[in-house]
Amino acid sequence: MTYFLLIIGAVFVNNFVLCQFLGCCPFLGVSKKTDTALGMGLAVIFVMGIASIFTWLVQKLLVAAGIEYLQTIAFILVIAALVQLVEMILKKFMPSLYSALGVYLPLITTNCAVLGVAILNVQSYGVAAAESLLLSFLNGVFSGVGFTIAILLLAGIRERMDVESIPKPFRGFPITLVTASIMSLAFTAFSGMI
Amino acid sequence: MTRELKFDARAKGKIVANGILASNPVFRLVLGMCPTLAVSTSAFNGLGMGLAATVVLVCSNMLVSMLRNVIPDKVRIPAFVLIIATFVTIVEMLLRKFVPALYDALGIYLPLIVVNCIILARAEAFASINKVGDSVLDGLGMGLGFTFALMLIGFIREFLGSGTFFVGSLGDVEFGVELGNLPDYAMGVFVLPAGGFLTLGILMAAINHLSDKAAAKRALRHEEEGKVIDSLIEGIVKEDEEKRAAEDAGVSDAAVSAVAKGEEADK
Repeated sequence: MTYFLLIIGAVFVNNFVLCQFLGCCPFLGVSKKTDTALGMGLAVIFVMGIASIFTWLVQKLLVAAGIEYLQTIAFILVIAALVQLVEMILKKFMPSLYSALGVYLPLITTNCAVLGVAILNVQSYGVAAAESLLLSFLNGVFSGVGFTIAILLLAGIRERMDVESIPKPFRGFPITLVTASIMSLAFTAFSGMI
Repeated sequence: MTRELKFDARAKGKIVANGILASNPVFRLVLGMCPTLAVSTSAFNGLGMGLAATVVLVCSNMLVSMLRNVIPDKVRIPAFVLIIATFVTIVEMLLRKFVPALYDALGIYLPLIVVNCIILARAEAFASINKVGDSVLDGLGMGLGFTFALMLIGFIREFLGSGTFFVGSLGDVEFGVELGNLPDYAMGVFVLPAGGFLTLGILMAAINHLSDKAAAKRALRHEEEGKVIDSLIEGIVKEDEEKRAAEDAGVSDAAVSAVAKGEEADK
């Protein structure tokens, strides 16, 4: 039951983009087409899952050494190194996956959703997640799934909007933001479910 | 000397003003969306976030600019991120000690200044190729532009969503105004994420509209000047063409005479 609630919570109730404003830059920037949106989403799931494991371990080390105040620096370094490592490994062993995710991987270092999930995992938000490595990992992966759902939905809507006539001042980012607002309103309906 | 200084001051002022207006990081460059939307539920939070980001931006721009000839090109991004993370940690510790109320209000978005694209973008695009003084000014301008945008969005969302004006607290000092019985009629949706997206979208559309209008006006005003310039350009082009034609003629004359000479020699 804990796992089920965590998954529903991460995907819908606390949706990263639409309810917590994490990862807005790629959400608005890489959502013009559904294929690129899907690529970005998969890359985020991948990195967030791995980053959750490693930052959880690093946090244990930091606490053991009594230097929790270095959390921000340590986490961002771990994530940057991890993204680089994942890129190299994929290039060597899974070239097909690399060519699918390749361009999006470097962008992920500066995606606040990844650092966000790492910090949230060890903070009050996931009390259960802070205790268990498995829960941290699941939280990371399914937060990524929530991100992917949101960016895919937005990309679908934007593809449709390309053929509509939109008032000139609203073209581009403004209409995207208004669309995101309505989507966010829909996701607000999930709040209080858990 | 004084004239030179004056000119210099104007150029420096331009760097700062550029960040606030012409290329405002939020409304124009569309950078740093996460903190913009997340902490702009009230003007006070917006001000706090904006100032924290400004301090980090100025410091990181300065250090990146100072080290721009030392940092190898290949590892520059990790180096920038490390510099930024250091300053963010310092700001985090200072806020926690001296303004705990604001530290709590900003929550997770305070450490997330590290991945605020504005700061990395300015380090990469400006500070790593410009002098220290200019970089500091650029950081200041961009930071103030960011703060201005956050406060503008914050004022609107706070007014519509809570019916208050600049409510906040600095330790023991509380300030802000509740506007009559307006809080009873507040539209709570504006404090929710949905309201954040909506407010920013409509503000951006309004700014696009205004700047389009201003551009059209400017175009009209410069039309006559444009005509003068056009005629000047036409004149230059014509002169150039004439010159080239003359040269071509000269070249072909020379060729003809050379051929003629050759033929004569053959005879």
